[in-house]
Amino acid sequence: MPDNADLECRAISKSFDDFQAVKEVSFDVPPGTFFSILGPSGCGKTTLLRMIAGFQAPSGGDLLIKGKSMLNVPPNKRPVSMVFQHLALFPMMSIGANVGFGLRQRGVNKVDIKKQVERVLERVGLGGVADRPVDSLSGGQKQRVAIARCMVLEPDVLLLDEPLGALDLKLREHMKIELKKLQSEFNTTFVYITHDQSEALVMSDQIAVMNHGVFEQVGTARELYYHPTTAFVAGFVGEANKYQAKVQVAGAGSLQLLTRDGVALQGVDAGEGLKEGDMTQVFVRPEAVRLSRRQEDIGNLGNTGNGTVESVLFNGANSQLILRDSATGSEMSVALPQTSEFRDLSKGDPIFFGWEPDQTRCYRQAAG
Amino acid sequence: MKSTVLFATGAALALTTFSAQADTLRLLTWGGYAPEDVVAKFEAETGHTVEVTKSNNEEMVAKLRATNGGGFDLAQPSQDRIAGAQAEFGIYKPLDMSKIDTSQFIPSMLTATKGNTMVDGEVYGVPHVWGTSGLVVNTAMAGQVQDYMDLCDPSVAGKVSYRLKRPTLIGFAFSMGMDPFAAYADADAYQAILDKVEAQLIDCKSNVKTYWGGGDEIKNLLRSGEVTASMAWDTGGWQLNDDNADITFVAPKAGALGWIDTFAMPARGRADDAAYAWINFVMQPEIAAMITTAAGNFTASQGGDAGVADALKAKYQASFPQEAIDNIKWYPAVPAGLEALEGATLDRINAAK
Amino acid sequence: MASDKSRLGLILLMAPLAIWLMTLIVLPHVGMFLVSLQEKVGIRQYETSLANYAVFFNEPLYWNTFARTAYMSITATVLTLLIGFPVAYYIAKLTRGRTKTTLFLMCLIPFWVSELVRTFGWMILLRETGVLSSFLQYIGVLAGPVEFLYNDAAIMTGLVYTSMLFMVVPLVTTLDSLDDSLIEAGYDLGGSSFSILREIVIPHAMPGIVSGCIVVFMLSLGNYLTPILLGGKDSLWFTGLIYDQFITRFNWELGSAFGFLLLGLSSLIVFLALKLSGQSLGKTMGR
Repeated sequence: MPDNADLECRAISKSFDDFQAVKEVSFDVPPGTFFSILGPSGCGKTTLLRMIAGFQAPSGGDLLIKGKSMLNVPPNKRPVSMVFQHLALFPMMSIGANVGFGLRQRGVNKVDIKKQVERVLERVGLGGVADRPVDSLSGGQKQRVAIARCMVLEPDVLLLDEPLGALDLKLREHMKIELKKLQSEFNTTFVYITHDQSEALVMSDQIAVMNHGVFEQVGTARELYYHPTTAFVAGFVGEANKYQAKVQVAGAGSLQLLTRDGVALQGVDAGEGLKEGDMTQVFVRPEAVRLSRRQEDIGNLGNTGNGTVESVLFNGANSQLILRDSATGSEMSVALPQTSEFRDLSKGDPIFFGWEPDQTRCYRQAAG
Repeated sequence: MKSTVLFATGAALALTTFSAQADTLRLLTWGGYAPEDVVAKFEAETGHTVEVTKSNNEEMVAKLRATNGGGFDLAQPSQDRIAGAQAEFGIYKPLDMSKIDTSQFIPSMLTATKGNTMVDGEVYGVPHVWGTSGLVVNTAMAGQVQDYMDLCDPSVAGKVSYRLKRPTLIGFAFSMGMDPFAAYADADAYQAILDKVEAQLIDCKSNVKTYWGGGDEIKNLLRSGEVTASMAWDTGGWQLNDDNADITFVAPKAGALGWIDTFAMPARGRADDAAYAWINFVMQPEIAAMITTAAGNFTASQGGDAGVADALKAKYQASFPQEAIDNIKWYPAVPAGLEALEGATLDRINAAK
Repeated sequence: MASDKSRLGLILLMAPLAIWLMTLIVLPHVGMFLVSLQEKVGIRQYETSLANYAVFFNEPLYWNTFARTAYMSITATVLTLLIGFPVAYYIAKLTRGRTKTTLFLMCLIPFWVSELVRTFGWMILLRETGVLSSFLQYIGVLAGPVEFLYNDAAIMTGLVYTSMLFMVVPLVTTLDSLDDSLIEAGYDLGGSSFSILREIVIPHAMPGIVSGCIVVFMLSLGNYLTPILLGGKDSLWFTGLIYDQFITRFNWELGSAFGFLLLGLSSLIVFLALKLSGQSLGKTMGR
């Protein structure tokens, strides 16, 4: 265990009446890290965050901030601050009073509060608004006030509970970048929870993917994307085409597979120790698939097939092609390169496709 | 001569009974004055229906004033409260004595009531039920209380209750050796009496547990023993006597205050015939006895006490020896405006610490 | 043409309300006002003057009674708020679902019986031979019977009890609308329970507090039964004075004047309280 971690959880658990929301989760967050916890709703990430903030007591395990156990420390005495899902700005106070709230509780004198509030507001790009009511701000500005309100207290860890959820798409994209910028500017440890993988991937230094109360995988965005260690992570992070297949031949990491529809594939074992006869889940990223109008262009790839264009989902650089595999009749999603070659593709056109075996990650099919 | 009158009224009665169509009699009266069995009997005999509204003296005037004497066909205010209210607000109409069977009334009461309710030579009321107010005392615990003034005696401190109403002022005035009734016509003299009574009642305030407001309240206080001596109506004392032989009505030495509740006709009443029919009906001795049994008070019906249970008569006789009956102070008609003087006095007593 | 039609529709729609307001509220008040301007100079003789209003200001008894009534009503309002606020906070913030409904209903149950019965209930509890006195003697706190009835504390108990629902309901409604995360944010930023109550909960609940207080103050001021039945020998209440003027003194003129003075003076008190608390009637009642 690193001694210098800002936040450390040791086998932390939380049980409700008949339901275990968090199951013995252990992790540590080094100082200055943007740490995200990514998971679908109901995975236990909010419970975990509320335990760190102190609103819920763990049923087991320990929680340390800067090496000190927080188990018996009430939320108002913990060196953490939280940005709430709906920001929880106090509507009965001006912006300045909101930001100065924590300082007032600490008994800082009025002159210093005014100075510090103005300074932190300037840092988030909102200088000179201290006397205005909260309602006069736009969504993104409110976001920054909420962060300023926490940061003025110089917490060891800043917790963020899906704060971008209420914003519209365009603003959300913008705020992702801004949040990351603020984090590196303040150089504070951020623990950010979200169900939106793109938020996590864009901003985080480290991401923990959480499901059913446990961490499936902790790693950088790249690690999670290119080397997911579980089927859940492979399916949850990024897009993927999924197959179910049976291992025919297993050897030295490479596998010969036969899908349910009777198509032979080559793939790699994602560290599961698969053996002949095991049922597997197979994931193929849309951008790993190469397209061509001519069969010979893709002949040298490990896995090939042909089909017809079902639809073209044009979205600029992120355009997608849905094709129907003529061998199985199933649909497949493929990233559509914006080259002149494919610009005139339309529904019903025949198309050839293929991908490399090492882009074909196989995981053990869970029983049942 | 008398028989002709009798015959004439009998004929009139017969005429109304048969010719007049069935009416609804809206009766504004006191609790117990129109018991259900009497109403049922009346309705069966005459075909009229009776709607009973229970009230008290003050409310009767207030209600009738609000409607200029409408909404009711027959009211039963006390005889002393008619002339003043009539002079001030004109809420009653004169009675047609030819339609009333006067032979059913005790003559002395009828004469007195007619005199007291006379305005501009017209009669506005005939007597119905009479009774007194005086002292209701728990004789075992406060047997020494014989007069209104005894309520201020230290021996009953904290165990006394009376109303903050005009009978209290009158009772204390008599007990203090003055005659308020004689001063009715002279506002200055009356005010002088009130001032003395006011001083006495403020002085007496520390003795009082509470000023009672309703009949049930004072009965509860006496029954529970929280109050041992009080000013109240005779019937209340007799009723309590049934439960606790120690509690009874005592006619004060200065004299019980006698009241007579009457029949008076609201100015804009509609069912006059039914009203006269009701008066003649309830004054029959056997009906009067039923009302006495229900209300606890005797009526002005000639021979009406014959049918009353002996127990009630015995209590009456125990509370009223002959000299006590002779000493009853009957309320004379209250001149208009007197209530304002009394009200101010009562307010000052109430506010005093 | 279309606007004419819609205007007609609006007039028809508002007509019942307007008629109701006119016949049941405006007309009686106009009538009462006219009566209050009548000065009685003799039997069936009246003159128009402000004499009845002068009576109120010249007679210290009436003044004092009004001041006492207002003072007691304000005290009752404050007490009701102090007791009602924790109750409302508990119902709104610390309970859920069925418990919440049950507790809310329990606040309502006393109102299923008439005010008279409720007041008699208190009399049974508080009287010298009543439940409380007997119980305290039984457990040995009191040596002999003690009268809890017929004093200002008994009036206060009755008024607070009668008013509780009217304080709790608006408070629960406003506290319900307070987002829990605001309270959590307060704690998270280092606030103590007291500072969160003072800086977040109370400012948020202010409209509920103000409307609850106005209703309770007006109800207490206009209460008749409770002070009469539970009060002591010198417990004058202004509504009692009005009743006396109308019913036992037959002095409708003075009674009407008192009625208008009660209306005016109580409105003035509410207005001053709103000014002092920095609230406006529109802001509190509009919610």
